[in-house]
Amino acid sequence: MANYEISDLVEWDKRIREKAAAFGLDWYPQEFEICDHTGMLGYMAYSGMPSHYPHWSYGKAYEKLKTLYDYGVNGLPYEMVINSNPAIAYLMRDNTLLLQILTIAHVYGHNDFFKNNFTYKSTRAELTIERFKAHALRVRRYCEDPSIGIDKVERILDAAHALAFQCRRNLAIKKLDREEQLTRAIEAARPRTDPFARIHARPEFHEPDMRKTPLEPDEDVLLFIRDHNPFLAEWERDLLTIVDEETKYFLPMMETKIMNEGWASYWHKKILESLDLDQGLRLEFIVRHNQVLRPIPGQINPYHLGFKIWEDLHRRHENPTPEEIKKYGAPAKSGDEKIFEAREVERDSSFLRRYLTEELMREMDLFQYEARGDELVVDKVSDEEGWKTVKETLIKNVGAGSIPVIKVEDADFGHNRTLYLKHYHDGRDLQLEYAEKTIAFVHRLWGRETVLETTLQGKRSLLCFNDRGFSVRALK
Amino acid sequence: MTSETIFREYRPSDAERSDRSAGDRLRHREKVRESIRENIADIIAEESIIGKDKDKVIKVPLRGIKEYRFIFGENAPGAAQGDGNAQPGQVVGKAGKDGQGQGEGQAGDRPGVDYYETDVTLEELIEIMFEDLELPNLERRALREIPSDRIAKRKGYRHVGIRVRLDKRRTARQRVMRQMAARKHENAAAADAAALGEAAEERRFPFRKDDLRYKHLEIDTREESNAAVLCIMDTSGSMDTMKKYLARSFFFLLYQFISTRYRNVEIVFIAHHTEANEVTEEEFFHKGESGGTFISSGYQKALDIIAERYHPSLWNLYAFHCSDGDNFDSDNPAAIRTARELCDVCNLFGYGEIKPLGSRYYESSMLNVFRRLDAPNFQAVLIERKEDIWPSFKAFLSKDRVKE
Repeated sequence: MANYEISDLVEWDKRIREKAAAFGLDWYPQEFEICDHTGMLGYMAYSGMPSHYPHWSYGKAYEKLKTLYDYGVNGLPYEMVINSNPAIAYLMRDNTLLLQILTIAHVYGHNDFFKNNFTYKSTRAELTIERFKAHALRVRRYCEDPSIGIDKVERILDAAHALAFQCRRNLAIKKLDREEQLTRAIEAARPRTDPFARIHARPEFHEPDMRKTPLEPDEDVLLFIRDHNPFLAEWERDLLTIVDEETKYFLPMMETKIMNEGWASYWHKKILESLDLDQGLRLEFIVRHNQVLRPIPGQINPYHLGFKIWEDLHRRHENPTPEEIKKYGAPAKSGDEKIFEAREVERDSSFLRRYLTEELMREMDLFQYEARGDELVVDKVSDEEGWKTVKETLIKNVGAGSIPVIKVEDADFGHNRTLYLKHYHDGRDLQLEYAEKTIAFVHRLWGRETVLETTLQGKRSLLCFNDRGFSVRALK
Repeated sequence: MTSETIFREYRPSDAERSDRSAGDRLRHREKVRESIRENIADIIAEESIIGKDKDKVIKVPLRGIKEYRFIFGENAPGAAQGDGNAQPGQVVGKAGKDGQGQGEGQAGDRPGVDYYETDVTLEELIEIMFEDLELPNLERRALREIPSDRIAKRKGYRHVGIRVRLDKRRTARQRVMRQMAARKHENAAAADAAALGEAAEERRFPFRKDDLRYKHLEIDTREESNAAVLCIMDTSGSMDTMKKYLARSFFFLLYQFISTRYRNVEIVFIAHHTEANEVTEEEFFHKGESGGTFISSGYQKALDIIAERYHPSLWNLYAFHCSDGDNFDSDNPAAIRTARELCDVCNLFGYGEIKPLGSRYYESSMLNVFRRLDAPNFQAVLIERKEDIWPSFKAFLSKDRVKE
């Protein structure tokens, strides 16, 4: 079936690396593994990890992927690459030579991105494989421990998975420990030096509440529960740690999906165009490339969107049109300088905010839709008055933006050890059924009454979950 | 330039060995089953299972194994790409309810929004259903269950049969008998030959087809494995589609249940208004009649059929009557009398009054009338909506009389 030998791939890889290096890409050592479709499905179910702890949700993921694949609804990705050092990528055995070449080039794009984008700095790529393996070993050990067993482990993991993404979004911002927070609170409370103090009324001194836990609202719900519920067993804490570590590993990928896919697509195109392919391969390349990068009406294709922005950004710095110079000023950097800088310091939300222009949005016909009755209806399109709203909506929905922000406000609400959570409402209500079930999971981990403040249809409400079950109360 | 890239070749042996998700899939499967069991009442109340054969695959929506997390609800707008001429007001997809799949209009990947369903065969479903049902009185039912419902008895020997039933002993004996008979004749011939001075040669004496004897088995069906289900339904004008549908679900369950218990199950449909007729299943559920109701006519017809075809000593009889409770008052004494007779001959006799919610208070009811009937194997139930079917079915079966 396959029209290549491993030696061909090695040869092409060498040529691709030469080109990539010439373009200035910088990557971790790369490993490719050839696998068949079952292997690929398996890797997909476990997010590409060679070893991963067991949980039924991965079985579910596998069955779902396999069903979609078997019925031809979804194809398989041509490749999959994980952020580790060395980076590991899986190539589908049945792909044609051209697809393998394209994929290899694409993988180097991702690899470069993993190594250089700021969001990945916290992931410790050199430890990825070992860490996941250690997690797997620990979870397996808890499952096999006769005093714990799989049911208890699942009880915690189910709850932890539900809350996994309720964590800090920007890992590049340092989280202050309690001491530092205290200092900051005291600093803030101290009256400012006022040169006109004599003519001003003396400011009232508000003593900061230093007994409050947490001092500042805490977004790491899992870690907060781990550190503040004294009734959790050691292994339970460990499970929470494991889930949190995995989330923090995957979060950057979520946060840079559009950039990352666009970046890899941008470079595979550049590399393949410079490779001097013979005509057959070149034609196939054009077909495949357009398949991957086609716009999907009614959705957002991150490959397409990302690619378009990168290309546009490069062009605007190489040969801008007079209107663009008028609008954005003359470019200070060359196209390459600019895109290499952006790939290092942006993530999807900032990337879109800075570089998705009105013109590009119009070209791609981006629109905003909302539910009206049973239907999704186009609400705003990228015209003169609407494009800013559409852009805002788009930015709100990328990466972790699609996850509600929920923070722990008080661990001892009403001096009752009630956990008080607050949803930072941004115009989007919580889905109530899901909120009810999820808050039950918080309650399971916290062990005491749990309340969540949110806004439902414009009314401030308190969702409570205690031993008597779930209830919703209106707040004044 | 960094270090050399490594290529790991495909090895089929690796691929075969590493079905890594097997354990998690199994665990997931268990969860699915558990979840089906929890929601069985809702699932069987769905119309899709009625009138289907056992291998029919049913899609069962799963509630239990959604992965819940905090997600945004309906009022969160999304952004997507158009085909070049998106206009405000244009419909781009269907809004999902309860966080179900959002079809084409869905933008990006919203975590947690997954609508999941699984395939189960009807048989599996029924199996789960009965597992659920049987928990309280497992023992009692286990006793009544007759595992060997077909018994093969030996009954004589035959010249023809299949190889495994060949009776070697009898076959050999047949040959010896034939040989003996032949020898008489041969001895006479040998005497002649001896007279002629020739030595009698020992001759081969092979088996012939006539010698073969086979054991004969006769299949004896035990009485206990016969059951007849008598479905009696009021088809008078007051029975509307919804009522018929509820009745149908109930009969379906009853039939399915009885089929798992007995090898040989016959089903009889009796439709009645002021008079009763035996009809086919098709007619039973689809034929509309009009006019008044004499419940006793249906019962009398059932009794006639039982007397004619299903003798209670050979058949386990299950009779169930669905009606909306509208009966001519003058017929009530006769209805009670015939109902009592049915109780005497049946394992179980039930009356289900179908009153879609709301209609209960202004329509007449037979439940009060049947309260006077105190047979231990009689059960009257009220079905108001789909969800009632399962509990009333359970209540009905709990009265099952153990046959001695």
